[in-house]
Amino acid sequence: MSDTATSEHPEHSEPEAAEHHDEHHGEGHAHPSDWAYVKIAVVLAAITALEVFTYFESVVDWGVALVPSLIFMMVVKFYLVATWFMHLRFDSKLFGRMFTAGLVLAAGVYLVTLTVFEFWV
Amino acid sequence: MSAEAVTADLDHTADDHGHEEHATTTGLSHTKLAMWVFLGSECLLFGGLISTYLLYKTRGNGRTLPTDVFDIPFTSVSSFVLLMSSLTMVLALSAVTRGEAEAGRTWLLATALLGGVFIGGQVYEFTAFVREGVAFTTNPASSAFFTLTGFHGVHVSLGIVMLMSLFVASLKGKLTQRNAETVEIVGLYWHFVDIVWIFIFTVIYLIPAD
Repeated sequence: MSDTATSEHPEHSEPEAAEHHDEHHGEGHAHPSDWAYVKIAVVLAAITALEVFTYFESVVDWGVALVPSLIFMMVVKFYLVATWFMHLRFDSKLFGRMFTAGLVLAAGVYLVTLTVFEFWV
Repeated sequence: MSAEAVTADLDHTADDHGHEEHATTTGLSHTKLAMWVFLGSECLLFGGLISTYLLYKTRGNGRTLPTDVFDIPFTSVSSFVLLMSSLTMVLALSAVTRGEAEAGRTWLLATALLGGVFIGGQVYEFTAFVREGVAFTTNPASSAFFTLTGFHGVHVSLGIVMLMSLFVASLKGKLTQRNAETVEIVGLYWHFVDIVWIFIFTVIYLIPAD
């Protein structure tokens, strides 16, 4: 596994390499090291463990904080995978916009459907 | 060199690190852009399926609901396995980008195997549910549940097929630094499948039905 801060790039320093690639095709390529990915995975695993922990009400009663806490943990996991593993943090913003458009539309579809069931049926 | 060959070379060249230069109107890889557009459209598909389940989850018609038979500890292990497959996927891409073919192959195979374990778990879960009286046509809630999780399972299975294709290509020496973007594109699909499960696990399994 590579343990450098970013991918190796012999003929350029890291900022130079990123600048070189941005200049030519608008995509940042200074991807993180393998060790950084492992650290993100450990954080994801810890959050998942905490999520599962909420299921055992006999240990801790989360009360009204349960649903907001679960949604918060889900959003953090979603964000970490999308930005680090899918490289949205390092790639062109256009890719992120395409994905966000789909997410926003999906949320819109749910809200519209919900209003249909709540108010129109 | 013919004019076509020069054009093809300009359209799709790579440096020594697997970073492809794209002579496109956007300066970006259009293949990758197309994958992101596809993933955006997939959000709509899963958004619709998740919405349907949320709207129908309490409609049991007097029969057993999926939420009554959930085995959270078991599903938690499956979720953990799928989450870790995202790590192995990104390590595969990292290895291929560095030109380490053998390491890339190992991580690709590990990702496919973890995906296989997840699918095995889903088959077991579905079988257990049917045995406990929750089948596809039991009630609207079960239909919505099996449709949602079944579609997700099909996506994971297709991902495994893509991963194994890359593995075979690598064995034949056809997967090099030069076409690392292919691994990245399959990786995007795989991570998306993981992201969808992150959502399903919380919203469908962990948040109480009432």
